[in-house]
Amino acid sequence: MATTAKKKDVVIVGLGWTGSILGMELCEEGLEVLALERGPDRDTVPDFKYPDVADELKYAIRYGFMQRPRNSTLTIRRTLEETALPYRSLGSFLPGDGVGGAGVHWNGHTWRPMAEELRLRSYVEETFGAEIIPEEMTLQDWGVDYAELEPYFDRFEKVAGIAGQAGNINGEVVEGGNPFEAPRSGDFPMPPLPQTVDALMFAEAARAMGYHPFPRPAANASQAYTNPYGMQLGPCNFCGFCERFGCLNYSKSSPQTCVMAALKRKPNFEYKVNSEVLRVELARDGRTATGVTYVTAEGEEVFQPADLVILAAYQLHNVHLMLLSGIGQPYDPITGEGVMGKNYAYQMNGGTSLFFKDVEFNPFVGAGSNGMVIDDFAINQIDFAAEGFIGGSYISSGTTNGQPIRSMRLPPDTPGWGGDWKKATKEWYGHSMSIGSHGSNMAYRDTYLDLDPTYQDRFGRPLLRMTFNWKPNDIRMTQFMKSKIEPIAESMNPDIMASGYKADGAMYDVRPYQTTHNVGGAIMGTDPTSSALNRYLQSWDVHNVFVMGANAFPQNIQYNPTGVVGALAYWSAEAIRTQYLPNPRPLI
Amino acid sequence: MSTSAFKTTRRQLLQSAAAGAALSAITHPAWAQSAPAVPLDEYEPTYFSAQEWAFILAATARLIPSEGDGPGAIEARVPVFIDLQLAGDFGIAADWYMDGPHDPAAPAQLGYQSPLNPAEVYRAAIAELDDWCSEEHGAPFAELEAETQNAVLTALENGELTLSSTQGASFFGLLLQNTKEGYFADPKYGGNHGMAAWVHIGFPGARASFLEWVGIERAYPLGPVSIAGERA
Repeated sequence: MATTAKKKDVVIVGLGWTGSILGMELCEEGLEVLALERGPDRDTVPDFKYPDVADELKYAIRYGFMQRPRNSTLTIRRTLEETALPYRSLGSFLPGDGVGGAGVHWNGHTWRPMAEELRLRSYVEETFGAEIIPEEMTLQDWGVDYAELEPYFDRFEKVAGIAGQAGNINGEVVEGGNPFEAPRSGDFPMPPLPQTVDALMFAEAARAMGYHPFPRPAANASQAYTNPYGMQLGPCNFCGFCERFGCLNYSKSSPQTCVMAALKRKPNFEYKVNSEVLRVELARDGRTATGVTYVTAEGEEVFQPADLVILAAYQLHNVHLMLLSGIGQPYDPITGEGVMGKNYAYQMNGGTSLFFKDVEFNPFVGAGSNGMVIDDFAINQIDFAAEGFIGGSYISSGTTNGQPIRSMRLPPDTPGWGGDWKKATKEWYGHSMSIGSHGSNMAYRDTYLDLDPTYQDRFGRPLLRMTFNWKPNDIRMTQFMKSKIEPIAESMNPDIMASGYKADGAMYDVRPYQTTHNVGGAIMGTDPTSSALNRYLQSWDVHNVFVMGANAFPQNIQYNPTGVVGALAYWSAEAIRTQYLPNPRPLI
Repeated sequence: MSTSAFKTTRRQLLQSAAAGAALSAITHPAWAQSAPAVPLDEYEPTYFSAQEWAFILAATARLIPSEGDGPGAIEARVPVFIDLQLAGDFGIAADWYMDGPHDPAAPAQLGYQSPLNPAEVYRAAIAELDDWCSEEHGAPFAELEAETQNAVLTALENGELTLSSTQGASFFGLLLQNTKEGYFADPKYGGNHGMAAWVHIGFPGARASFLEWVGIERAYPLGPVSIAGERA
C-alpha cells in the first residue's frame, strides 16, 4: 500500500530543461512545488569535472549519463505486422537520465522553427494544394503560431545563453545571419562561436555557389554571460567532449548551468531524486488528476497529492505515463481514432564525408554546436509540388569531437580490421570532414506509440511500443539534399568523397546512433479529436495536467527540437500563471 | 587450404607476447608511478580461462596486427582491456534490458536480442569456434597460422561461418568493437598501453582545452595526456 505524502500545489515529473523551467516559473507564483526525478542527482562538480569526464569509453561508448534500458526502455517494430522487440541496449537514440536529463549531454544546437513549420498543413494547402499531401501522412498544424511564440523563444534563448548571429530582426535581413529565418525581436544574447577549419571551408564553398552560410545557433557560450536567473556561463574552450558528456567548463547551457542553482534557492521548491513516477492518479470522474504515485529509492510507493501535475519527462516517457494513467483515448492506427500515441516522428538526416590528405583538421578541437549552416533548402525555400515531397533540411559542417572510438571516419574502401585498417587510422584521422543534412520527418497513420502486449518494465508495467519506419516522402527529401550537398562537396576538391543518405526501401535500424530527437505521441493542436493537448500543452481530457516536451510536435521540424521545447515550456508556463491559476479549468 | 597453414603458431604467439613485454619495458616512461605492466603471457585473466585467453591474444593480434606503423592490439594490451570489460558491468549487461521472451532470429536491424550477455557470448563463441577450428583445421584457433586465422575471422565477419551458440548475437561484431575500444580508450581501462594508439593517430587524449586552436589549419603539436595525467 502506498503511503500518502503531504499535499503540494504542484508536482513536476522529471527535472530536465522543462521541469526546471516550470519549477522556476511556478515558484515565482508562490506555489509549493515538488519535482520528482527518477535518476540520480547531478551537478557540474562532481559529476562533470575535469579530467574524469574526458572519458570516451565511460560516457560516449558505455553511455554513463544515459538511461539504462534495464531500468526503462521500450519495444520497437517497423510495421503493424512486425512483432515489436525490446530496445535492449542503446543505439539509435539516447534518452538522458538524472537531474538535467538530456539537457546534460546534448550538443546545444538551439533553433527556432520556420514560421511555416508551425502551421505546416495550412501552409501546404494554401501554397501547393491539399492534393499533394500523401494519403497516409497525418500532417497537422500546431495550434500556435510563430508570432505568438516569439517572446518565448527570446526568453529561452536568454536563459540558456545562446551564441549566434541573427539573420532577420523585425523583418530586416541582417548580413551574416540566416536570411530565411522568421523575424526575431532582437539579436542573440551572445555573438557566435569561432569556427573550426571544416566549417570555414564549407562556408567558403557554399558562398561561392551563391548560398547563404551562417553560424549555427549554439548553447555553448562564446563569452562570459549572466542569464536572467543570475546564473553564469564561461566561454567554451572547445574541449571536444560535448555530446554525450556533461560540460566540464560551465559553458554548455544545461539545467545545471542555467537554472538549477537559482531554483534550489527557492524556499518553496523541493526535489527528490531516484523517485520514479508510476502513474498519474485521476479523480473518479476522470476529469482531474489528484496527484501522482511514485516509488522511492528504497522501493516504497508514495502517493503524492497535488493540485497541478506537470509532466516534464522525456517525450517517450510522458507518452508512456499518459497511456499508463488512462489520460486521453489511445490512438488506433486502423480507424485513425484516438489521440494518445498518435503522430510519432523522428528526424531524417544524411551526410557526405570528404577526405583531404593535406588538410589538418585537428578534429579533437570541437564544440557541441560549432559549425556553419545553410538554410537555402529549408522548408520555406522548396517547391513541394515540383520536388514531390514535403519537408526540408538545414545543411551544415562543423566539428563536435574527434574521439577515436566513435569518430574514426575512414574512406569507404578501408577494411574494418587488419593491417590496412591500422594504416588508414594514421593516414586519415584528422584529415576528413563531413557535410550533413538535418531534416524534417513527417508523421503517418502507422507511426505511433502504444503499450506493448508482451514486455514489462521492472515495476510490471507494460513497456511503451514504438511503431516507426522511414517513408517514401522523407526518403525523397533526403535524396534531394544529397543532390544539393554533393556538388558543394565536389567543389571543394576532396581526395575522396563518400555519401550516406537513406535510399528507397530503407528500413529503420535501431543500432547506429541517429539522433535523440524523438517527437510526437502526445501532440498539441486545435481539436480534441486530433490532438492530446491544447495549444497551451494542457491535456484536453484532464485539465490540471500540463505536458511539456517534444511529444507535443505534430510532426518533426527540420531543426533540433530543444529551442522549441524551451519556448513552449515558457509559453505554457505563462498560460498557467496568467490564465489557469486564477481559474483552473480547460483553457480552451 | 594446405596443411602447412595448420601448423601451430604458439611460437608466434609467444613472440607477440614477448614483443608486448618488450614494448612495455621500452615505452614505460620514467614519470610513471605504477609498476611496469605484467607481460601478456604472464597476465592472469580475471574473466577468461587459459584457452579463451589464448584465443583472445591470437584473434586481437589479427584484428590489429603488430606489423607496420603503430602498435598492434598486443602492444596496446587490448586483451587485458577485453578481459576487464567482460569481468565488469559490460560483461554482465548490467545496463541492458535482458527480460524475455528473446527472439534470436529477429532482423539484425532490431538490435541485440540474444538472451546471453556479452561475457556469455564470448565464452560460448570461443568454445564453438575452437571446436570448429580443431575439426576443420586440426588445431584450436590460437594455434593456426596467421593466414588461416584471418580466413576464419573473415568467414565469421561475412556470415559464411555462423555460430549457433551465441543465439543471435554477433560475436565478431562484439569482438571487433571491443578490440577497437581497447585500442583507443583511456589507458585506465587496461588497453591503449602507453597511449601508443593515440600517438599513432595524433589524438591528444584528455587535454580537453583547445580554444586557441579553433580554425588553425596546422597539426596540433602536443602529445596526449591520460585521465591519470600521464604524458606520451
